[in-house]
Amino acid sequence: MPHDPHAIRRLIAKEVVSTMGPVRGMGRLWVGLLMAIVAWGGVAYAYQLSRGLIVTSMRDYVSWGLYMANFVFFIGISHAGTLISAILRVTHAEWRRPITRMAEAITVFALIVGASMVLIDMGRLDRVWHVFRYGRLQSPILWDVCSIATYMTGSVLYLYVAMIPDLALMSELAGQGRFGPRRARLYRVLSLGFQATPTQVRRLDLALATMAVIIIPVAVSVHTVVSWIFGMTLRPGWHSTIFGPYFVVGAIFSGTAAIIVAMAIFRKVSHLEKYITFLHFRRLGTLLLALTVIYTYFTLSEYLTAWYGGISAEKRLIDLLMGGGGYTIAFWTMAIGGLFLPAVLLAVPGRRTLPLIVTASALALVGAWVKRYLIMVPTMQTPFIPAEAAGRVVVYFPSWVEWSITAGATSFFVLLYVAFSKVFPILSITEIAEPLEAAQESDAAAQSAPALETAEGISP
Amino acid sequence: MFLKTGGLIAGGAAAAGIVNKVVRAACREGPKLAGGPAFTTLTVNGTSCCGQEGPAPAGAQETVPVLTADGKLVHVARDQIVHGVGRPPSDPVVRRGVPGRKWVMVIDLATCDGCGTCTRACSKMHFIPPDREWIPVMKMQDAPETAPYFFPKPCFHCDNPPCTKVCPVDATFKRQDGIVLIDNERCIGCRFCMAACPYSTRHFNWGHPDAAGEPPEAHANAYSPENGHPRRVGTVEKCDFCPDMAEQGMLPACASSCPFGVIYYGDENEDAVTNGLGVTVRLSKLLEERAAYRYMEELGTQPRVYYLPPKNRKFPGPKLVGKGEHAGPAGAPAASPTNNQASPPAGEHIHPS
Repeated sequence: MPHDPHAIRRLIAKEVVSTMGPVRGMGRLWVGLLMAIVAWGGVAYAYQLSRGLIVTSMRDYVSWGLYMANFVFFIGISHAGTLISAILRVTHAEWRRPITRMAEAITVFALIVGASMVLIDMGRLDRVWHVFRYGRLQSPILWDVCSIATYMTGSVLYLYVAMIPDLALMSELAGQGRFGPRRARLYRVLSLGFQATPTQVRRLDLALATMAVIIIPVAVSVHTVVSWIFGMTLRPGWHSTIFGPYFVVGAIFSGTAAIIVAMAIFRKVSHLEKYITFLHFRRLGTLLLALTVIYTYFTLSEYLTAWYGGISAEKRLIDLLMGGGGYTIAFWTMAIGGLFLPAVLLAVPGRRTLPLIVTASALALVGAWVKRYLIMVPTMQTPFIPAEAAGRVVVYFPSWVEWSITAGATSFFVLLYVAFSKVFPILSITEIAEPLEAAQESDAAAQSAPALETAEGISP
Repeated sequence: MFLKTGGLIAGGAAAAGIVNKVVRAACREGPKLAGGPAFTTLTVNGTSCCGQEGPAPAGAQETVPVLTADGKLVHVARDQIVHGVGRPPSDPVVRRGVPGRKWVMVIDLATCDGCGTCTRACSKMHFIPPDREWIPVMKMQDAPETAPYFFPKPCFHCDNPPCTKVCPVDATFKRQDGIVLIDNERCIGCRFCMAACPYSTRHFNWGHPDAAGEPPEAHANAYSPENGHPRRVGTVEKCDFCPDMAEQGMLPACASSCPFGVIYYGDENEDAVTNGLGVTVRLSKLLEERAAYRYMEELGTQPRVYYLPPKNRKFPGPKLVGKGEHAGPAGAPAASPTNNQASPPAGEHIHPS
């Protein structure tokens, strides 16, 4: 019997392909709903483009609001991919293998939505080219443009390059009539003639190992400069040296929560229980626990110093945020529901069940979003010279346009994700198969040691 | 050597009587100053009018004594002196500024009664929609036990401006003559400068300017960053220090309109500033004798606007709540509708008992 070294990956590929069928039943309803929300968000954006940002609740004092909070949030969860694929790859955490694709896809789609948020927030979208024509490198916005563009390019490449072997498998399955002619062509073209020859495999491994190392500092830079948009101003609550690392930790924290939620949904909807196991939830849950603690620590350091020092401008912010002002309930709900409770749920041994881990992650994710909002708005509401001195009252609550665009963007993110999982294998087949196949090889080699000389293992 | 005609020209909002007084004051004060280059260069019978003048006041044919660049005192018909037309954004001087000048402002808090005339004159001259003010008069109280006072707040045109630092496209820029301007044909509307300004000086055109209430006259001339109109949706604006006026030897509308001469304006290089009453004083002496300060010096922004402390005030300060209720700048409790400094009715002065 001729030995097929890639039998395992072919087997897995067939199973994954079975999840790529058309959306049916309740799934259609969901997709329909998401598309409707995206369309509604599009209508709201068209309205905003025609009337100007006056249709938002932003005004001269709170001149950045929900859109910028969303921007920070989505760029934050984009760190899921880097964490899982790059950091865990570099540290040889083998359990990462089934979920790398899922995480990298979050990165790419979250970056798309996050970057769009800045464009949506712009007063003059028609002048976005000015950034390239007149760009000033001294402006943190240019730092963001450079670093996010680099991250986007790197992430797309990373997602794609790691997927090439799987695309070759898809192409092979297409040859067996699994897909229509258009899909077959797509996979054939994208797989770039990959045939898993030893040279190809070696080159691919080298490329991925290199990119994994490169993408980590890029990801760190992205969220650092996102924080510097705020940190470089003189505003109370923003002008803080801790902001870079604070945002980076917050990003990885929310990214990890996002990947756990995504894993839970895919596991359930696409019946991937065999590949995404409790082990993954437990390991990532432990990681999330650590990140929750670190993030809580940063939050404490940030606010305790401001509160204890009590500089008047900062004190006004602290009062507004947590000392009885308008955001007190939101802040403490975030602190308890989004940091403390997830930590408790994730920490108690023996109680770490899958639903609890997922619940903790969902709470952390929502809490992270609320935190972004609380970083943005209360600081804008407490300028050095209170607006009240000019006889103006500053209030901000996002308008229906802002909520609609936010809902549309979030739905678009989910839709992109669903569409991706229907066109491309959401599990990284080759990565899962590699260690299994290697084990099989060594078993086979052990059983027929003399046959080793025939180099059967690398037969074409 | 100052001769301030700005008080006349910009004073579309000012009553004719006040204007006359200013003329006389200017003539009286001007020649007394020794040294310093001539300040005034006039555009007489200018080829175009920028539309910043109000309707011609009664007695428009009266003559005005003005000092020419070569130091001669001449009389010209007042309606022949025109407000300068700002340069187009493409003109290199717009970004470079007027060579040799360092425009500066001094605001005397001791004589400000919070009437808001400066705010209205500025709004009128720059066709500012009613939802914003380039020079609001804030009500401040530094501590519960200290006296409240009025605080006109223009753009400070900082020498280390946090706003121009962060602009991604160089749409807002610092000129050699000290002025910070905005090119609304380049601004992309990211509002980073607004977040960066610690003084909340900047305003955004959230909607279309005509919908916001910009009068049609704002469109009379082509856009210039030197006077800020016509406005454009999705761009930032703020107090521009009236560079077009200054260049012609005229005071900004806020300074020329102030009936109490609170706002002084001039050239730091000449070491002289002039107020709306035509009083010209030596800048260094004024700053020294009156213990001038710059607002929030500790931020390191180095404002070009100085304040004279509200010592021995000529007018009562704003009416504020009882002591101990709040500290810091006069806050919310004072902002009752009846005492709303943001937009008091024309001519109404607030004189709290």
